[in-house]
Order: sequence, then structure tokens, then C-alpha cells
Amino acid sequence: MLGCYSRMVEAGSFVDHSSLRSIQVAGFFWFFTSQSQHFFFLFKMSRRYDSRTTIFSPEGRLYQVEYAMEAIGNAGSAIGILSKDGVVLVGEKKVTSKLLQTSTSTEKMYKIDDHIACAVAGIMSDANILINTARVQAQRYTFSYQEPMPVEQLVQSLCDTKQGYTQFGGLRPFGVSFLFAGWDKNYGFQLYMSDPSGNYGGWKAAAIGANNQAAQSMLKQDYKDDISREEAVQLALKVLSKTMDSTSLTSDKLELAEVFLSSSGKVKYQVCTPDALSKMLVKYGVTQPPAEA
Amino acid sequence: MECVFGMVGKGFALVVADSSAVNSILVHKSNEDKIMVLDSHKLMGASGEAGDRAQFTEYVQKNVALYQYRNMIPLTTKAAANFMRGELATALRKNPYMVNIVLAGYDKETGPSLYFIDYIATLHKVDKAAFGYGSYFALSMMDRHYHPNMTVDEAIKLADQCIEEIRSRLVVAPQNFIIKIVDQDGAREHSWRRTTKD
Repeated sequence: MLGCYSRMVEAGSFVDHSSLRSIQVAGFFWFFTSQSQHFFFLFKMSRRYDSRTTIFSPEGRLYQVEYAMEAIGNAGSAIGILSKDGVVLVGEKKVTSKLLQTSTSTEKMYKIDDHIACAVAGIMSDANILINTARVQAQRYTFSYQEPMPVEQLVQSLCDTKQGYTQFGGLRPFGVSFLFAGWDKNYGFQLYMSDPSGNYGGWKAAAIGANNQAAQSMLKQDYKDDISREEAVQLALKVLSKTMDSTSLTSDKLELAEVFLSSSGKVKYQVCTPDALSKMLVKYGVTQPPAEA
Repeated sequence: MECVFGMVGKGFALVVADSSAVNSILVHKSNEDKIMVLDSHKLMGASGEAGDRAQFTEYVQKNVALYQYRNMIPLTTKAAANFMRGELATALRKNPYMVNIVLAGYDKETGPSLYFIDYIATLHKVDKAAFGYGSYFALSMMDRHYHPNMTVDEAIKLADQCIEEIRSRLVVAPQNFIIKIVDQDGAREHSWRRTTKD
């Protein structure tokens, strides 16, 4: 009996916890039946490892985390570009009903602290939880140190939270990717991208959400290191218009926000008004100007 | 009768502390260093309950070091002062630390600064500060002779005047004093003022 047990574990790939228990009960005969099961499951091996977030697959992948990233791949895209005098965030709005109250709330852009903002792609309800967590972390830091939290530390702290959901607790990961834009006195303007695995990186230009691969390669071609904020806005709008599914781009399908230093030296986070955005879209040739009546 | 005082000069800050370790009527040693070097550019002069003093100052020092390891940047003097105040405040209504601290630091962007941190978590950013019975004499002396932007020599002379007052007017005056300085080149020991050898 013991010999079979160890064989089972060695063959490994198609044995999960419940099967091991049944070995102890059924014993020797399990070994033979499982061989045929093995053949049947060869094509759908991953299905055995989906259900729990906190176990590895035999190829060393975390399927729940990857599925979370799939979910984000279907969500509205967002692009962030770092320029020498600010960070630009542009997002594609998926909900564009005329009935929606858009005056006060934003769909893609959120302010975390006076000096940090983020763009979101993925499941909005998950995003709300994480945004609140980020806000609390930023305030907690300021409560302790009476100084604004350095941007990377906030991103790191939030990503540590996200990582927890991939290792213990049995809860699914968050289906959200973030683009964090901020300024601090150590490193100036910064742009960070984070994903459900809890990984993050500092970027000069990044894209998340639908068609992010295409957007990322377009950004790689056209980004220059000394780009100005205005040029960055132009580039972001251009790239987004090319990768978005919709045929025509109007200001009600987009959100644009910028993080920059005001003339008094304070960090400002500004969401562009729909009118100003429409004018910009026309100016940069992204939409055709309305036909003169 | 512990005594700690400090002042800010032009591009530097000074902290002076007595170096006696006393238990009731017995002087254990007169070369106890009560000014801890918190990191490369911070000094923390602490007076109070001996066990609490060591415990709290070491706790703060290790947390400041941890922050630097984690985040690749040092804490500013202001951030360190507020962190300390927060720790004292949290412990205050359960298990208070009976420690008074004078924190001096030099930051590249803002220059030298001095913080007065009480055992009940009072925090003040000041130009001159003092704790203990010696503070009656040190503060009066500094009120009379301190002016902003003093040179190191002027500040040391003023510190000596304060020490002289403490020695001559305080009934159980501490025997030895240690002076430490922090400026753009870092925090370091400046000198001792001894009446006894230990």
C-alpha cells in the first residue's frame, strides 16, 4: 500500500488532495483506475488547478492570477505617459449612456492622495476596494510621518496586499490593473503599472486593459525621453484612438487626467473637462471637427 | 538630575547631554553616552528612566534603519520626529515611555533642525531646547545669549556657559558632559567636558 502511495505522488501531475485521500481508502486498485483517468485528463490538465488560487499548477503557473489578467484584457483600456513636467493618464470609458451622471464621478481616474492619482482597468468593484486601501495607506503614512507618502512606497504597499490574495486566505485575486501617476521629492514624476499578481514596475509609458499589447508597442515606437506634457497628451490620445474598438472618438468616451506641478510648486491632479477634451481631440486631428451647419 | 539641551546654528545643530548614570544616591558611571546617533545625519539626546531610555531610543534607531533598508532613502528629521512622537503617543495611555528627547538633524533640502519631544508626546520644532533641572539654567542662558546663525565656536561657547551655570548653581550637578554636533558632513561626537575621570 505504501509503495503505491509514493508512486502516486511521484506521478504527481494528476493527483490532487481529494485523490490522495481516496488512495488511503481504496488502496491498491486506485492505482490502476487512475492510469486510465490520467489519459482522459491529459488535454484538460489545467482544469484541476483552477479552483484554488493558492496552489501552483504542475507547470508552475498560478491560474487564478492569469484568469484575473484575462478579465482585465476585456476591460476598457488606459494609457499612462511620463513626461518631464508631468504624468498623463488617459482612459477609455466603457459605460457611455446619456443617462449616466458624469458631473462628479469618474469611471477610470481616481485620486489617491494630493500627489498621487491612478487609472484603473478591470472589475470596478474590485478596484474600489483597492483604491480605498491605497487611500488609507497614504493617510496612515502621513499620520505617522507628517509627510506625503513616496509614490513607490504606496505602490509597493498596495501590491503587497494584492500578493496576499495569491498566496493565502483562499480568496480570489483582484481583477484590476492600475496605472499610478504621482510626484514626490525623491524621484519627481513617476508612473507605475501593477497587475493582479502583485507585481509592479516603473514605466516611462504603459498601457493596461483591452489591446494593451498593441498600445504598448505603439508607445514604444513614438515615445521620446524628453517629451513634454502637451506632447504626451497628444501621443496618448493618438495611441488610444488607434487601439480603441469604436469607430469615432468623442470626448464622452474618454477620460483624461494630468499630474503636474502648479506655478506655486504644489502637485496638481486635474481631470480634463469634456469641452476641453473635445477641443483637444479636434486639435490633434483625432476626431473630425463637427461639420459647419 | 539629568540634563540634555541643544541649539541650532548656521548649517549645524548641537546637542549637549550630561553623562551620569545614577541610581538613588549612587553614581554608576560618569561616562554614559546619552546622545544616540540615529542615522548618518541625526542625533537624539535622551533623558529619563534609564531602561525606557535605552529601549525607546534603540527601537527608534532600528525602525529608522529599517525604513532606509526598505525604501532606499533616509527619513527626514521631521518624519523621524513625528514617528517618535507617534510611538510615544500610542504608548502613553497604556504603558508610557518616561523619556524626554532632543532630536537634532541635518537635511540637505532644509538644513539643520531641532525638535523638542516630551515624554507625553509633545512635539515642537525649536531653535533651542532643554530638559531636566539643568534646563532652568540652560534655557535662561540661551535666552540671553542665543542668536540665529551662530558659528560653531559661538555655539560651543554658549554651551560652555550653560554647562558652567549648571555646574555652579545646581545642587547635585552632573560631573561630565558630552557634546555632539550634526552638519552637512554628518553626525559626530564633538567633545567632552569633564570634571572627573571615569
